Amino acid sequence: MDKLMLDGNAVAGLLQEVFAAEMTTAIGSCATCHATDPVGATHVYLGAGIVLRCPHCDNTLAVIVRDERRAWITFQGIRALGLAL
Amino acid sequence: MPPISRGFHRKRQPDADPSRVPPGQYVTGDFPVLSAGPTPHTTLEEWSFTIRGAVEEPVSWPWEEFVALPSETITTDIHCVTKWSKLNTSWKGVSVDTLLGAVQSEAGYVTAWSDGGYTTNLALEDVTDGRAWVAYEFGGAPLEPQHGGPARMLIPHLYFWKSAKWVRGLTLTVDDEPGFWETYGYHNHGDPWLEQRYQGD
Amino acid sequence: MARAAISGRLTWQLAEAVDVLTETPHVKTIAFDVADWAGHRAGQHVDIRLTAEDGYQAERSYSIASAPNGTRLDLTVVRIADGEVSPYLADELKPGDRIELRGPVGGYFVWEPPQGGPLLLVAGGSGIAPLMAMIRLRAAAGSDVDTRLLFSSRGWDDIIYRDELERLNGNGLTVVHTLTSSQPPDWTGYARLVDAEMLAEVGPSPAERPRVYVCGPTPFAEAVTEALVHLGHDPQGIKTERFGPTGG
Repeated sequence: MDKLMLDGNAVAGLLQEVFAAEMTTAIGSCATCHATDPVGATHVYLGAGIVLRCPHCDNTLAVIVRDERRAWITFQGIRALGLAL
Repeated sequence: MPPISRGFHRKRQPDADPSRVPPGQYVTGDFPVLSAGPTPHTTLEEWSFTIRGAVEEPVSWPWEEFVALPSETITTDIHCVTKWSKLNTSWKGVSVDTLLGAVQSEAGYVTAWSDGGYTTNLALEDVTDGRAWVAYEFGGAPLEPQHGGPARMLIPHLYFWKSAKWVRGLTLTVDDEPGFWETYGYHNHGDPWLEQRYQGD
Repeated sequence: MARAAISGRLTWQLAEAVDVLTETPHVKTIAFDVADWAGHRAGQHVDIRLTAEDGYQAERSYSIASAPNGTRLDLTVVRIADGEVSPYLADELKPGDRIELRGPVGGYFVWEPPQGGPLLLVAGGSGIAPLMAMIRLRAAAGSDVDTRLLFSSRGWDDIIYRDELERLNGNGLTVVHTLTSSQPPDWTGYARLVDAEMLAEVGPSPAERPRVYVCGPTPFAEAVTEALVHLGHDPQGIKTERFGPTGG
């Protein structure tokens, strides 16, 4: 456990800004361990950019790099992401 | 221009010679802790530093041998892509020139790799001729885990994401192989004086 | 899969401070009025943005501590000694001053009366803010759902919303404090960090399948969640919001 670690709630605004949808209730499945969790329950690390990790196996689920005008989002380790429409 | 919040201002920064502050940076007296993942906790007994990849013969030093290598004290400025700069930081470590002197290689690139899976890529000219170290002390004390201890890369002429925390070795490569942040949106080179922050800058 | 909470592209809105209340020596609540506020759910937060005269900007996130109430929303701010934003909000900001905010954000860490209970709310310090929104909403809705709040604070004078919690205690709400650093002379309550034994005593039991909400600094949230799972609570029934040292 890292005392700097946060969770998906911390990126709720950023994700909603990008996707125009509430994302913390989106359910993601980890490509490594196949566990499923809401984005709100993922572990979030703030480095040079933002890293979302699987709360069970620490696998990198997604990475967000941004400046004022652009964002790069990589869904590196999410097998599928389910959202209610 | 967004609305101004009356009376709000940036936290007071330490005085600094502007010629030492790259474009878009501000000087901090803190040492912010940023991380892409959980802090590893490798013991010194488990730790080793390895140079491998496109080399005649890989080489590896356990901790006792590593800290017995010729070392230097380095005082330098560091610059993070998240815009903070910290001046006059002091480190102790082994020059990468010393480490690369132990192997034979024709490769032009290295990938620094760390406990926890982090990687970053560098051209050979960015880590030779006294431009890079593997540092194990900061401010006169052993490098703390939150700042990358037992040892981290120290490459002050590039943005600090290139100074990989928790480093365990260098892999020499024939081709340039983008590391973690370089893959996910940051610039492949990362020169703060040219503001090479993001891909395409 | 839960229905999408609030959708649509977020925009920055102007918020005007209308009132500043002192909660404890280090904590203030600021009431804001946001002209086109579309309402919020208990547990959601806002991102705020401050712009200085030279154009410098800082962003932070704060949980909405108030129940939905027209165009008004309350944010509770802990003053971090060498912080940049919290000293401004806690010491400088006055009624009439303006900031930008966007939200409400978050659909995961929310509770509404129709979801029912029993509820177990576990708060560490300023982590009480989003849980207070739930408690206030519960009261406003006239709900008597079994709700237990276990609230960890350093000392008696550090308990945020202390008097209001005392008033709301009852009607199915049980407020239990633990004071971890110092206790008043006649204190008979808990005087240690939250642990499994304390959680088992406060209840509800795992068999009652409570909805659990844990909020506070990461080490607190981790310790509490681990203890709850150790007691047999379903991990899927526990929602956590971690507060970090993100700026100050």
